[in-house]
Amino acid sequence: MPQIDEEKCDGCGLCISVCLNHGLTIVNEVVARVEGVDCDWCAQCEIVCATGAICCPFEIVIER
Amino acid sequence: MLSKLELLKCSSYFSGLGSDELEAISGLVFEKSYKNGAIIILEGEAAEALYFVASGVVKVFKTSSDGKEQTLAIIRPRETFNEVPIFDGDVNPASVQAMTEVMLYGIRVRDIGNILHTYPLVSTNVIRIMAGRLRHLIALVEDLSFRHVIGRVAKILLEYATDGTSPGPRLTQREMASMAGTAREVVSRSLKNLEKDGFIKIDRQRIIIKDREALNNIVSPLFETNVTDG
Ligand code: SF4
Ligand code: SF4
Repeated sequence: MPQIDEEKCDGCGLCISVCLNHGLTIVNEVVARVEGVDCDWCAQCEIVCATGAICCPFEIVIER
Repeated sequence: MLSKLELLKCSSYFSGLGSDELEAISGLVFEKSYKNGAIIILEGEAAEALYFVASGVVKVFKTSSDGKEQTLAIIRPRETFNEVPIFDGDVNPASVQAMTEVMLYGIRVRDIGNILHTYPLVSTNVIRIMAGRLRHLIALVEDLSFRHVIGRVAKILLEYATDGTSPGPRLTQREMASMAGTAREVVSRSLKNLEKDGFIKIDRQRIIIKDREALNNIVSPLFETNVTDG
């Protein structure tokens, strides 16, 4: 699931509405992950977030 | 959700106007709602109104003749779209699609004409806003047309890659964009091209480098045309 920085989140809910997998919700006025949801790392939540509070970082590996 | 008046108050189009003037303009604002995924504006069609996003998110995009989509902008609440055809009277230069349930406020073309006529201050605001838009597009066009961005992205991938045995640094597309001095949209497109050429594979949160040699060649300044353009 995406990384969340609660300090930066203003609870606008935009990320929640773009997530087709219903993987995000609001808890105590900030975004939270819905446990057990299969996130496909589409990064739509990151794209719509204006405050940079949610992101989908990639690990880069060289195939051996 | 923002009321019509609240939206006008925070819109840079109407900054400097008094509350009576804003009240009068709000009488011209209509509402329209769309379901997630709905096409709001189609490229090439006549423009009807200037839109403000009251709630939800939309994306502005262009589609090439072979069906490839390029996102030009993401528009969030309080922001506007569709100004270009409103002010030049031509057709919509790009399409707009709802990324969520969306509520829009709109002002019809003829009403915009009247507003500009009645409140010259709005015209000054329009010039400033359009100049800002132009600047954003110039930067995007430069990056999309200069092939070397893909080389910068390849360089970042090689620099930050690990052999996967221990956890390495993790980068978002936005971070890669700021390192490459480009827009996130351009990084996303570069990664897709590299994947299409079989040099990398994107597997959820992992970018797997499949052909290190090929990436090295792209990084080198001698790189010419061996990566798919588009
Ligand atoms: S879009 Fe960003 S600021 Fe808004 S709720 Fe989601 S994480 Fe928080
Ligand atoms: S990356 Fe995609 S699937 Fe995962 S939480 Fe964000 S929007 Fe939902």
